[in-house]
Amino acid sequence: MDSTVTLALSKGRIFQETLPLLAAAGITPQEDPESSRKLIIGTNRADVRLIVVRATDVPTYVQHGGADLGVAGRDVLVEHGGEGLYQPIDLGIARCRMMVAVPEGYDYAAQVRHGSRIRVATKYVKTAREHFAAKGVHIDLIKLYGSMELAPLVGLADAIVDLVSTGATLKANRLVVVEDIAPISSRLIVNQAALKTKRLLLAPILAAIESAVAAQRAG
Amino acid sequence: MRAWALPEHLEDVLPPLAWRMEEQRRALLDLFRARGYELVISPLIEYLDSLLSGAAAELDLKTFKLVDQLSGRLMGVRADITPQVARIDAHLLAHNAVNRLCYVGSVLHTTTDSFHRNREPVQIGAECYGVAGIEADGELVQLMLDGLAAVGIGDVQLDLGHVGIVRGLACAAGLDEARERELFAALQAKDGGAVAAVTAALAPSLRDAFAQLIRLYGGAGVLAEARRALPPLPALGAALDDLDRLAQRVAGMAADVAFDLAELRGYGYHSGVVFAAYTSGRSRAIALGGRYDEVGRIFGRARPATGFSMDLRELAQASPAC
Repeated sequence: MDSTVTLALSKGRIFQETLPLLAAAGITPQEDPESSRKLIIGTNRADVRLIVVRATDVPTYVQHGGADLGVAGRDVLVEHGGEGLYQPIDLGIARCRMMVAVPEGYDYAAQVRHGSRIRVATKYVKTAREHFAAKGVHIDLIKLYGSMELAPLVGLADAIVDLVSTGATLKANRLVVVEDIAPISSRLIVNQAALKTKRLLLAPILAAIESAVAAQRAG
Repeated sequence: MRAWALPEHLEDVLPPLAWRMEEQRRALLDLFRARGYELVISPLIEYLDSLLSGAAAELDLKTFKLVDQLSGRLMGVRADITPQVARIDAHLLAHNAVNRLCYVGSVLHTTTDSFHRNREPVQIGAECYGVAGIEADGELVQLMLDGLAAVGIGDVQLDLGHVGIVRGLACAAGLDEARERELFAALQAKDGGAVAAVTAALAPSLRDAFAQLIRLYGGAGVLAEARRALPPLPALGAALDDLDRLAQRVAGMAADVAFDLAELRGYGYHSGVVFAAYTSGRSRAIALGGRYDEVGRIFGRARPATGFSMDLRELAQASPAC
């Protein structure tokens, strides 16, 4: 059986907040991905390596066995669908909320009456589609890759569906939150075959991360 | 449009892989024949109603459809040979007490579950009809492992589960269909938070049981742990006894034997033990099987049934070059 473990991570907040959890499992990266250009980063353990990928690509790498483990936000997992993945641990990191926001003065309640149709700009197409379908509201989706806040300001959309952590960007662009779709945090995800074929290697890592998460939550 | 271009997820098999696939096909069929399995050859297309009857309904979106010029009825290209073999057992070979049948052939899928997969798997498998006991499941697991060994895949981890465990708990919980679907998705993902959310309104003993269930995977200790952690429902006890007996029956046949009591693959049609073979370097199971006692009912005869299938394309990729 294979004897190495690969963990997929994205740069930035998720990487920084995952480090203490990895440390609890006795894993320390040998380089900082923010300063290194390497995409495969070794750790203090010869049998554990990290790969640095875009956040939205983490589930894809793990699903197809490019990595055994990964850390991915719930937002990304909902869009991916989660097929072929185990999601055993909510790490409680990179917390924020998925929200619907509109320009100040836009009468959202009146616009989303049953059967009406509004234009929604978002990066989170599946999340938006499911949210409005559950409300019985027709939407025209406009898929954007960033700066969603701009879309209603220039008349491209009536509303946006986006992640909000502090709300500062919304405020600066005179948008207001009108609906809270779901709380978001990052999960540890595991390739289904790897959890079976690398069970003895993965079990102690999962257990250590899980108890570190529990300790953080209690503390 | 370039004339040489194939549609996505379809491929030509070139030398030397094509001979390897053919050698593996022969090796497997020879093995099945030596073990007393009769070969059946079913049609590539048949009426959609027959293909999708009963538990096979979940194959609907995977099945290519066309209209029969002779009858005007909808036909489907088979997406799985197992329901066809169940039809043959129930209807054509119904006079036999026990049927041991095997098959090989292409099936078509409208979409793949994975971009490494082909939309035209070459499905090969064996089924045993008419024997209810765990002996038959043991026989099929052994045949599956021997088959993998015969095509050069010896480094196999066998994973065992039993749909009776989740079914017994879900039945005791009395969940409505929508909740049950949510719960299954959460269990299948081993997502503890989601399991807790869906089961919040249940009695504490059942809530704990579902929370425990997603941790009940791993080595030989899992069954004993399950007996301690899960409520003493008769259905659960019977399922755990089945797994105990099957594990004893197949002990030593695979490099490693593990259990996963929250495994829900094929929950719609499986009725007892389920088993899967994994090998290192492949990101999914290379052989899948289990018991499905009810599948023949729709064709006139529900029969104890158990079997497994594999994809020759996957086997050729997974086996060492010969």
